[in-house]
Amino acid sequence: MRLSSKATTLLILAAVIAIAPVFFPSSYYFRVGSLIFVNGLAVTGLVILIGYAGQISLGHAGFAGIGAYACALAPVHLGLHPALAAVLGAFLSAAIAFLVGRPILRLKGYYLAVASLGFGILVSMVLSNEAQLTGGPDGMAVPELGLRAALKAVGIDLSNTAFWYAFSGLVLVIGAWLALNLHHSPTGRALRALHGSEIAARTVGVDVAHYKLVAFVISAVYASVSGSLLALQNKFITPDVGGFMHSIEMVTMTVLGGAGSVLGAILGAAILTTLPQVLTVFQEYEQLMLGLVMMLVMIFMREGLLPSITRRIRGRGE
Amino acid sequence: MSLLQIEGLGIDFGGLRAVNDVGFSLKPGEIVSVIGPNGAGKTTLFNMISGVYAPARGRVVLDGEDVTRMPPHLLARRGLSRTFQNLQIFQSMSVLENAVAGHHLHERGAVLADLFWLPAARRRSKQSEESARALLDRVGLGRAAEQEAGSLSYGALKRLEIARALALKPRVLLLDEPAAGCNAVETEEIDHLIAQVAAEGVSILLVEHDMKMVMRISNHIVVLDHGEKIAEGEPAVIARDPRVIEAYLGAQATEADNADG
Repeated sequence: MRLSSKATTLLILAAVIAIAPVFFPSSYYFRVGSLIFVNGLAVTGLVILIGYAGQISLGHAGFAGIGAYACALAPVHLGLHPALAAVLGAFLSAAIAFLVGRPILRLKGYYLAVASLGFGILVSMVLSNEAQLTGGPDGMAVPELGLRAALKAVGIDLSNTAFWYAFSGLVLVIGAWLALNLHHSPTGRALRALHGSEIAARTVGVDVAHYKLVAFVISAVYASVSGSLLALQNKFITPDVGGFMHSIEMVTMTVLGGAGSVLGAILGAAILTTLPQVLTVFQEYEQLMLGLVMMLVMIFMREGLLPSITRRIRGRGE
Repeated sequence: MSLLQIEGLGIDFGGLRAVNDVGFSLKPGEIVSVIGPNGAGKTTLFNMISGVYAPARGRVVLDGEDVTRMPPHLLARRGLSRTFQNLQIFQSMSVLENAVAGHHLHERGAVLADLFWLPAARRRSKQSEESARALLDRVGLGRAAEQEAGSLSYGALKRLEIARALALKPRVLLLDEPAAGCNAVETEEIDHLIAQVAAEGVSILLVEHDMKMVMRISNHIVVLDHGEKIAEGEPAVIARDPRVIEAYLGAQATEADNADG
């Protein structure tokens, strides 16, 4: 039996996550791995927004910030368990995305980019300036999730880094599964239709404004959960998680890896998370090399890394 | 009773009266063609009826309901669908997916059901896929179903647009130059398809430059020139109308003769 592309993608992803630790020489690699998965989750959300629906957001770190600070603040002020705090953050992000998305998604292209950028800056300003609540630019501590201790109690004893590697890997696989489900579903078709031709989508009955909002809200929840995971594993958070640079990183990872493909975008997240570590061999030229790699990929593989590579392999096979 | 009623429709573009005071009506199962020289306002008229442009004057009445200036997706819910003169295909999708996407109103459901790929979402997708395959067979694209839409010929894409519009199960179908760029065989196929769809009770409004096709399949013809209706009637009457021959048919007939010769 030939596997569907959905099953293939999930198998590849799960296999890489499960097998990679065999080659890890130190626990530091678990740490890098879990950072890749956290970024990969945010980027999977952006595949839905950018790759499926064809809309841009340069402010999605704002939602990561909301998810992160929910985990820091809700346990202290509301007495919530950190896991519930992450859920609260996701609902809050969805609600804010709904309110913000309605007016800004009327805009197209550059105008949408600038408006979403404004939203991201707004969130990071609030996180930086409400020092009494958020600790300001110095950041604040985040309570322990407690899942590792619970696992230990039932006999599964993982190191801190190994636990976060496995846990964020699991969340990423679930996130990828949902995004792949969406791709082939009626909702995903409506999103890809309005991406292909807004006017044609309208004439087959797609409520374009509604579906753009659906994609925006879903991707905001992905970013929020990603921010929560980052906060919980670092046990400390600064406003940078919600900052402009983080928004740009997310979009760059998505586009570099291939915005139309879940696996591609996750590959983009993996490369841009690890490349700065690898390029340290170039010492002071590290940033220069990073910029060069990004430019070369976009010039020669404009669909992004993975879609371009698979297209070339298929082309050769025929 | 007429299914679609156009009354005194008009729009201006920067002081220019692009279309003015155009009115006619369509009965169920009727094929009405709009003809006229290039720039006569045919596509503009289509865009107003299908909600793409907001008309400045006049009314569009669909089955007794005033639908003037209603957005296209709401018109779709009321059974009005269209194709485009300049193709509007979902390029990154397969041929099949394009046809499935046309089923949006029949297959849409709760987003959460789609995200978790619940049985309800699977059933909706499966139904629209089966229906899409049948429609592709009907327009002669059954074997191209798995191809990328972008790889099809121009004529095939025209037929794909018709399949996508039919997926809506429309009551009124607006076809903007469905045979443009098609060869004689393809034109005849499209001709046949349109007649068949109309025979099922769908009202068809057609813009087409192929005069032979228009004369052959139309029940009624509306002639536009400089944005105004200069004549309307049965094909045989229109073909003899001196104003029509002067404004349009004369030049067209000479061109066609030259092309045939």
